[in-house]
Formats: sequence, structure tokens, C-alpha cells
Amino acid sequence: MLEELERNLRAVRARAYVRVVGTFRELSWVAFEIAMPLLSVGAYVFLYRALGAPERYIGYVLLGGAMTAYWLNVLWSMASQFYWEKQSGQLEIFFITPVSRMSILAGMAAGGMFMSTARALGTLVLGSWLFGVQYRMEGIWAGLGIFLLTLAALYGLGMVGASLFMMYGREAWHTANLLQEPIYLLSGFYFPVRALPRWLAAAAGIIPITLGLDAIRQVVFPGAVDGLLDPGLEAALLAVSCAAYFVLAHAALRKLEDLAKREGRLTLRWQ
Amino acid sequence: MNAIPDGRAREAAVLAQGVSRWFTDTRRQRHQDGSDAPAGPRRVVALDRVSLEVQPGELFGLLGPNGAGKSTLIKILSTLLLPSEGTVRVAGYDVVRQAHQVRRRINMVSGGETVGYGILTVRETLWMFSQFYGLANGPALKMIDEYLETFGLADNAHTRVNKLSTGMRQKMNFIRGLLNDPDVLFLDEPTLGLDVQTARIIRDFIRDWMRRRPGRTVLLTTHYMAEAEELCDRIAIIDRGRILACDTPDGLKRRVQSHSVFRIEAARLDAPPEADGRWPGIERISWEPHPATGRTRITVIAADDAAVTPLLADLRERGADIIHLSKVEPTLEDVFLQVVGRGLGEHSGA
Ligand SMILES: Nc1ncnc2c1ncn2[C@@H]1O[C@H](COP(=O)(O)OP(=O)(O)OP(=O)(O)O)[C@@H](O)[C@H]1O
Ligand SMILES: [Mg+2]
Repeated sequence: MLEELERNLRAVRARAYVRVVGTFRELSWVAFEIAMPLLSVGAYVFLYRALGAPERYIGYVLLGGAMTAYWLNVLWSMASQFYWEKQSGQLEIFFITPVSRMSILAGMAAGGMFMSTARALGTLVLGSWLFGVQYRMEGIWAGLGIFLLTLAALYGLGMVGASLFMMYGREAWHTANLLQEPIYLLSGFYFPVRALPRWLAAAAGIIPITLGLDAIRQVVFPGAVDGLLDPGLEAALLAVSCAAYFVLAHAALRKLEDLAKREGRLTLRWQ
Repeated sequence: MNAIPDGRAREAAVLAQGVSRWFTDTRRQRHQDGSDAPAGPRRVVALDRVSLEVQPGELFGLLGPNGAGKSTLIKILSTLLLPSEGTVRVAGYDVVRQAHQVRRRINMVSGGETVGYGILTVRETLWMFSQFYGLANGPALKMIDEYLETFGLADNAHTRVNKLSTGMRQKMNFIRGLLNDPDVLFLDEPTLGLDVQTARIIRDFIRDWMRRRPGRTVLLTTHYMAEAEELCDRIAIIDRGRILACDTPDGLKRRVQSHSVFRIEAARLDAPPEADGRWPGIERISWEPHPATGRTRITVIAADDAAVTPLLADLRERGADIIHLSKVEPTLEDVFLQVVGRGLGEHSGA
């Protein structure tokens, strides 16, 4: 039992380490990835200022821009990761080890979160300074708590995605690409999600970032009155979806791995 | 963990009983007439009722041409693929129901595999995989350094994986397969595409490893005859999903020893004649044309020496020059021809 736990924890750490080290070796990319979101954010900032929107909108947009780092990470390096690894023949090697697939994914998630946080923080700090964003200091801790819940739920969703991509991802690149932009819109990365039709906003709640962003905006920016739901309720919903996604990921990985082994899809390379 | 019951120690390292595996091939079929209208899914039988038993301590070889089903069998044994029917036990556990137990005791290395992330160094990559087996850092790194030394990779310990040559990468991958000191090691064409020296190092290592670790089992697939002959205690010849013979290399050769085996080299032979029953007494014949030299190497397995005379006459009649003719001691290659009905290098015609 203990041996089992140790092995899985070691796997989580090793898989996370690889991510972190890998990114540190390509630091020039990090600078690029911090700066890129600021371009879109900048465009919205000027737009909102030109339209005379309340000052908190500048904060909304910057927070959304910083959160893109996580969405991109979950999409390209979590959900589709097993698919890439299957293509490169690496998945087989991971799967013959006596380690839970959840541990491998958790390691990827931990490493990914760490690196994305470096990016998001960079964007946030730089953007706050550039655009003079105001925060409500009393709300920071609550905001941080909701943020952590959002991340857990988001990476849980990424794990569900990983099992689906592993089994069905024929065109992983296209699928990931297809999902990237619409979610920017649906989850309200650059505007309060309440602006969307109610049913659409509710549907977008499947992506934890929607509720997370909305709740964090309400607690950390002064005078925020444009939330979708009460932030406490949103936090509760996030906690529920977090648990649901982990249970679902666990079940889906089991089921789909079994199916893949049955259909011969775990190992793509033949002939 | 439960103590290992007494009986387990004596259990076979690999036990496959009546294992079949088929795939549904849903790709569009190209018809004989060249059109490619959908023909509906086609069932490809990769393994057909394969049974085999490998004892602990054995170095067992699976020898077969492309598409014979070697990799399919390895994947089933290493818990990556389910058998369509039949039962398989590895290291005493059922690969379907006790996959986790099996995984703790096995490892697998496939030739030509790309492994690791290009941005990591060799040592980091191996360390990562060692963690998947729960090894503590100190002992893991010590073992890794020793293996890097053994394989002449010590100077490249800190080289990034994407800077390695094919041979180095394959050596690294081979080391990965040893990290958990597996009871059963599956090697799927471990020397595929390697230069002679690197292949030599790997073969020597395998033999040495077996010697130093009594009770460890290696199951190796190859389509290099020499490799199978040099390494294996026993060899199974597999073709089109079926095991056609299984014996020691000498035992296999004994099957052809009562026959006469000839090697003929002919020039200016345009097309090999239809063989079927044309020359009485000739049981098997294989033609290997060498486009570069324009010559054809012919191997003949005949009931007796005299049987080859009508063949030679026939060849001359066709305008071929016989450059060389010799009667030889049968090799595994000839066993393969005898058992399978065609040479390993020849097309299956399927
Ligand atoms: N995942 C798969 N889906 C469909 N068919 C497959 C799959 N894997 C293998 N096959 C088919 O099964 C047969 C056996 O393939 P296998 O890879 O086991 O052969 P092999 O003996 O390893 O050959 P090689 O020497 O080329 O590696 C082939 O006809 C192959 O096309
Ligand atoms: Mg193969």
C-alpha cells in the first residue's frame, strides 16, 4: 500500500519536474508568452476606455488575459498530451509502468500549473502596472481561494479530456485548435460573462474558468456588480465540478484504456 | 504485500494458451481492380491460437517475417493489448485481470522507438522513468550511471535527448528497460536499424545480463536469423499469426539435417520459374534476386543430392549461368524455409 503510494507520488513529481525543467530551458518562450496576452488585453483596454466603461473593466480584461495561460496549457498540454505521446510511441512506455494514469496526468498538471502560473503572474503584474489596475485588497484571499478551486476543476476537466483524446483524438491538433477561441468567448475571458444570454452562460459553466473568472472578478475588483451568480455560490459550484471531474476522469481513464486495449488503439504504430 | 506462494517460483515466466488476436481494419480497401470503394471492415488475424511456455531463466526468441504477429504478441504479454481469445500469464499473473501485478515485474524495449522528451538530458530521462518504478533517487542515479558506463554513454549523460544519434538513443532506451530489474524483459527487435557495433554491444549485454541474473527471462523478437541463433535458448518460428515450430536452435536444425541443402548463385536468370512440383525430390526452394548484381541466390532443400540435377539443367535451359553451387550445413535460415515454405527475405505473397 505504502509502496504503491510512494511510487505514484514519485511519478507525479518526476512528470512535473520534466515540465518545469523543459520550460526553463526555453526561457525566451516564457517572455513571449507573458507579453502575448498583453496585446489582446491592451486592445480591450483601449476599447473599454474609449467607450467610457467603468474602470473595473480594465481589471476584468487583464485577469481574463492572464487566465488564458491556463486554458492554453490545459488544452494543448493536458487534454491532448496522451494523444501526442501515443503518436510518438511514448504512451506505451508510460502505460507498462505500474503507475496510475491519474498520477501521470497529475504530474503533468502540477508542472503545467507551475509554469502557467509563472506566465499568468508575469502578465498580471506587468499589466497591472501598465494599465494602472485597482484591486480590492480585502477580497484578495477569497479571490485566491476561488482561483485555486478553479484550477483544480480546470485540470480535472483536462484529465477527462486526456482520456477522450487518447481514445478518439484522430485530429488532436485541429480539435484543440477548434476549442481554443470559442472558449475565450464563452467563458468571458475579456468581458463579464453576464453579458451572454443566460442559457449560454450556464452552458459555459461547464468550463470552470467561466465561474472562476466571474467569482474572482466580483471579489477582487472594487464596485463589481455585474456577476452572473453570487460568488459564494459559484465557489460551491466549482467545488462540486472539481469533485465531479476527478471522479469522471478516473472512470473515463479506466474505461477508455480498457476499450483502447480491446480495439488496439493504445498502440497506434504498426507495420 | 502478500508473500509469494511456493508454487509461484516454479510457474512459467510466460504462459500463453490459445491466444488469438484480430483487428478490424476500417481503412478503405484498395480493390484488386484498383478502385477504392469502401469494402466494409475487414478482419485482420494477427495471432491465430498461439500457445507457448517460457521458463524462468530462458532466453526465448520469436522469429518471423514482417507482419507475422510478433509485436502483437509482445503487446499482449506486456499488458498493452487484450487478446481476442485465450489466456496469458506473465510472471505468474494474468495479463488481463492482474495487469498491475504483471507491470511491476516486466519491462519492454522496442527497436526504433523514440522515447523521452528531446529537451531533457539522457540522465534526466532515465531518472524520470526510474521514478515510475518507485526507485529512490540515490540508488536510481547510481544504477543509471553504471549502465551509462556499461553502454559507453557516460560522456553523453548530460546530452539532450534530441542531440543523440539513433544508436545512442536506442542504448538509452535499452537502459530504460533495465531500470526496474524486470523478471521478464520483452525485447521487440532491439537491434533494429542499429550499426554492427551497437547491435553487438546490446547482444553481448543481454547474454551477460542473463548470466548474472539467474531466473530472469528474456523474450525477444527478431527477424535477424543470426541474432536468434546466437542468443536464444529456444526459438519459435511464427508466420501469419501461427507458431509453426518451437525448439532449440539445434533441434530446429535437426529437422533439415536429413535433407540436402544447396546454395546456388545464378546470373542472367530473368524470372524464377514456377516451382510447384516441377523438380521431384526438391521440397523447398527460395529465390532471392539481388538487383544490384543482377544475380539470384537460390536455396534448395532436397530429399537427396541427386534431386538438384534436373533443377540445374532447367536453369541452364533458361539461359542462366550457374556461378556457384555448394552443399551447405543447414542454418536457421534453411529451417525457416523448410518450416514456413518461403525464405525470410521473400515476400509473403499475401
Ligand atoms: N492496431 C492494429 N490495428 C490493425 N491491424 C493491426 C494493428 N496492429 C497490428 N496489426 C496487423 O496485425 C498483423 C501483425 O502485425 P505485427 O505488428 O504484430 O507484426 P510483426 O511480426 O511485429 O511485424 P514487423 O516485423 O513488421 O514488426 C499485421 O498484419 C498488422 O497489419
Ligand atoms: Mg513488429
